[in-house]
Amino acid sequence: MTDIIGTTPALPVKRPRLSPLNARRWQNFKANRRGWWALWIFLFLFVASLLAEFIANDKPIIVSYKGETLFPVLVDYPEEKFGGFYAVTDYRDPVIQEEINRNGWSIWPPVRYSYRTVNNELPDTAPSKPFWLFTPEERCARYPQGVDDPNCVFGNMNILGTDDQARDVFARALYGFRISVLFGLILTAASAVIGVTAGALQGYFGGWLDLIAQRFIEIWSSIPTLYLLLIMASILPPGFWILLCIMLLFSWVSFVGIVRAEFLRARNFEYVNAARALGVRNRTIMFRHLLPNAMVTTLTFLPFILNGSITTLTSLDFLGFGLPPGSPSLGELLAQGKNNLQAPWLGLTGFIVISLMLSLLIFVGEATRDAFDPRKAFK
Amino acid sequence: MTAPLLSVRDLSVAFSQGGKETLAVDRISFDIGEGETVALVGESGSGKSVTALSVLKLLPYPPASHPSGQILFGGKDLLASSENELRRVRGNDITMIFQEPMTSLNPLHTIEDQISEILKLHQGMADKAARQRTLALLEEVGIRDPEKRMNAYPHQLSGGQRQRVMIAMALANKPKLLIADEPTTALDVTVQAQILQLLADLKAAQGMSMLFITHDLGIVRKIADRVCVMTGGKIVETGPTREIFENPQHPYTRHLLAAEPKGNPPAANAAAAPVMRGENIKVWFPIKQGFLRKTVDHVKAVDGIDVTIRAGQTLGVVGESGSGKTTLGLALSRMISSEGVIRFGETDINKYSFREMRPLRRELQIVFQDPYGSLSPRMSVADIIAEGLEVHEPKLSADERDARVVAALKEVNLDPENRFRYPHEFSGGQRQRIALARAMVLNPRFVMLDEPTSALDMSVQAQVVDLLRALQQKHNLAYLFISHDLKVVKALANEVLVMRNGKAVEYGPSEEIFARPKTDYTRALMAAAFRIETAEQGAVSE
Repeated sequence: MTDIIGTTPALPVKRPRLSPLNARRWQNFKANRRGWWALWIFLFLFVASLLAEFIANDKPIIVSYKGETLFPVLVDYPEEKFGGFYAVTDYRDPVIQEEINRNGWSIWPPVRYSYRTVNNELPDTAPSKPFWLFTPEERCARYPQGVDDPNCVFGNMNILGTDDQARDVFARALYGFRISVLFGLILTAASAVIGVTAGALQGYFGGWLDLIAQRFIEIWSSIPTLYLLLIMASILPPGFWILLCIMLLFSWVSFVGIVRAEFLRARNFEYVNAARALGVRNRTIMFRHLLPNAMVTTLTFLPFILNGSITTLTSLDFLGFGLPPGSPSLGELLAQGKNNLQAPWLGLTGFIVISLMLSLLIFVGEATRDAFDPRKAFK
Repeated sequence: MTAPLLSVRDLSVAFSQGGKETLAVDRISFDIGEGETVALVGESGSGKSVTALSVLKLLPYPPASHPSGQILFGGKDLLASSENELRRVRGNDITMIFQEPMTSLNPLHTIEDQISEILKLHQGMADKAARQRTLALLEEVGIRDPEKRMNAYPHQLSGGQRQRVMIAMALANKPKLLIADEPTTALDVTVQAQILQLLADLKAAQGMSMLFITHDLGIVRKIADRVCVMTGGKIVETGPTREIFENPQHPYTRHLLAAEPKGNPPAANAAAAPVMRGENIKVWFPIKQGFLRKTVDHVKAVDGIDVTIRAGQTLGVVGESGSGKTTLGLALSRMISSEGVIRFGETDINKYSFREMRPLRRELQIVFQDPYGSLSPRMSVADIIAEGLEVHEPKLSADERDARVVAALKEVNLDPENRFRYPHEFSGGQRQRIALARAMVLNPRFVMLDEPTSALDMSVQAQVVDLLRALQQKHNLAYLFISHDLKVVKALANEVLVMRNGKAVEYGPSEEIFARPKTDYTRALMAAAFRIETAEQGAVSE
């Protein structure tokens, strides 16, 4: 037979780590330089924000006290340990700092404020300007020893100023970035799971199930989400998870349409029929043969839905119906900027962080879309 | 001798992908004279379609490029022409018809709109004149009741009618050259014969030239004046049709000529144990109408058919498209529900649920028509073949399963070393072997083959038929072989069921049916398949 391929006994072709299809997609993704860089910058920022406790915190990372090594970042030590009597140690208290320094040493994060730490040595009234707008003398005017005070160090300066409650803006932006991205990611992932499942079942089984579910979704998605959120927010105690659940109730719907369409189209593909003829279970067929088809469109949509979730959270925070008061939130930062026009660093920081975050995600999304576009085969 | 109408000189076509240049056509030259039909023959991948497309510069540039060559049409080099000049030639002096009539017509416009658009565009005809001419054209290409058909949408027409409309569009501007790119490959044999007849008649009536691209030498012999045999991007032999057929010089041409499905099936053995018996099988699709969706009538896709398929024997099911062959096969393999009794072995399986059928699935396998569609593009060949084993023999260890996959691939003459590759890396014939391996790995007793060769090149068809016959002998398999191509059926089946409109027209041992067909319908099918001849009106549906 002339049709036999590879007649020479070549080395066995090993299964490549990525399937050729995925390898090509990865190449296409990398070919979009903007998206490629955006991905790395975003990953860097995201990982940094995940480690926010080690970057901006009002506790030292490591304390060596009387021969004992302590990790205040991870463990709450009562003040008794350092000779005080409060339940929680305030490491920013000069008395505690002196006690630690006499019996050992401490390593502080680069920024010595957490998102809720109030700066008691403010050079100005809150909201106060970024430190580089003050002279060195002014910066430390409130410390007992002025410029020579041991606490007059970079870590105690407010890089981006403070907000109207004397909290460090840099720390709040860092923690706010983290909570926004995490909120967006969890919400998107959860709604993807629910939406894809619902769309898959409807598309695969069709018929009455599809008909009823589609009508339900039509009614469900015509409920004005924002009003409902406002009403719910006034009944339920505000919180990250409550907010997430309420938004999840509505956000999964956006996936159903595309996934259902893909399943409807692909369920009659010949290789799906072939699998059915082999006696493969419905569940296996859906996972193995149909889901990969639907995932292409779903993945293309994901970054944009992610951005939508983040924007919704930010706007709720801006209106004051979002995360509980005191939480680090970019929306709240924007609201403060609006209320304190004399302190432009508030609004500017909020704007820059949000726009940077959303732009990076959109660039990554564009590159993902390119990567999955089958017509992008040629360069 | 006068100058040829079209003269292709030293034409090369290259495609660049990811920095790599692939030469699809390598310095070919041929001429087409006035009123002459030249056939480009070759297997898929030989570069014949690319050649045809580059005549009108219809390839996607830039990935495609022409490193060398000239295409002289009436003395002008088309390759060097501007887009504006080319537009005047396209659809005017040179027109083209494509393989797939389903996708070549715009589904959103009536056929009148689509034909008259060309007339208005190229000839500046007024609405009324364009309508008259459209009507005349439709009549010319043999559409019955053109007056009524003019307002039809493409989906309301059959494949053959759509191809006729495509031809009418191509003829609208009285072209000097018609390029036909496998115009009949997607059609039934009976319709194919009619379309070829039509093309030959039109060519004679209008005195146009034709460039005919095909992989089927039977068609070439029927229609072409001269033949160019292409393989691997090169023309290896060219000459008058009669000479090429009688005295082929190049080994590849001889290989092509020898590549007809051949051989005879073992004689029918009525004593062999029946594997599958269908009694009075009916598949009726309800037609529902009105607000309450009352069933007013039925489409009788399969209407009371009795069949018996015996171990080691092949039942060939033939008929034109829409005759219910595939529906019958799907009903017997319980992929769709039907009425009647289906005995597999001794048990009636027709009322079995999907779950009850699952253990039987391993003995009852299906091989589909389209080797490109029936293999999941996202799974490696090993995974595709092992899928059935996972279902039916879940206790196998990974190594045992791999061993079975290797054995199955060897059985279909594929190199098992390639089992971690993906389907797109294989040719059509190799893919069909993979699909066969997927069925064979489960050691079935009954295999339904739904047109397994019609998407393949001629020479590959012959190989697949040989393979099927060998597997049948080795494993004593019962085949249900569905095809519209009697050539293949003759090579494989020892019993034949001829179907029309869901009913059995003839049923019996194949020698008898091929030697003494009883009905005009069967005779028409045979004439179309073996001699590419049309039958008189009424013998077949179109």
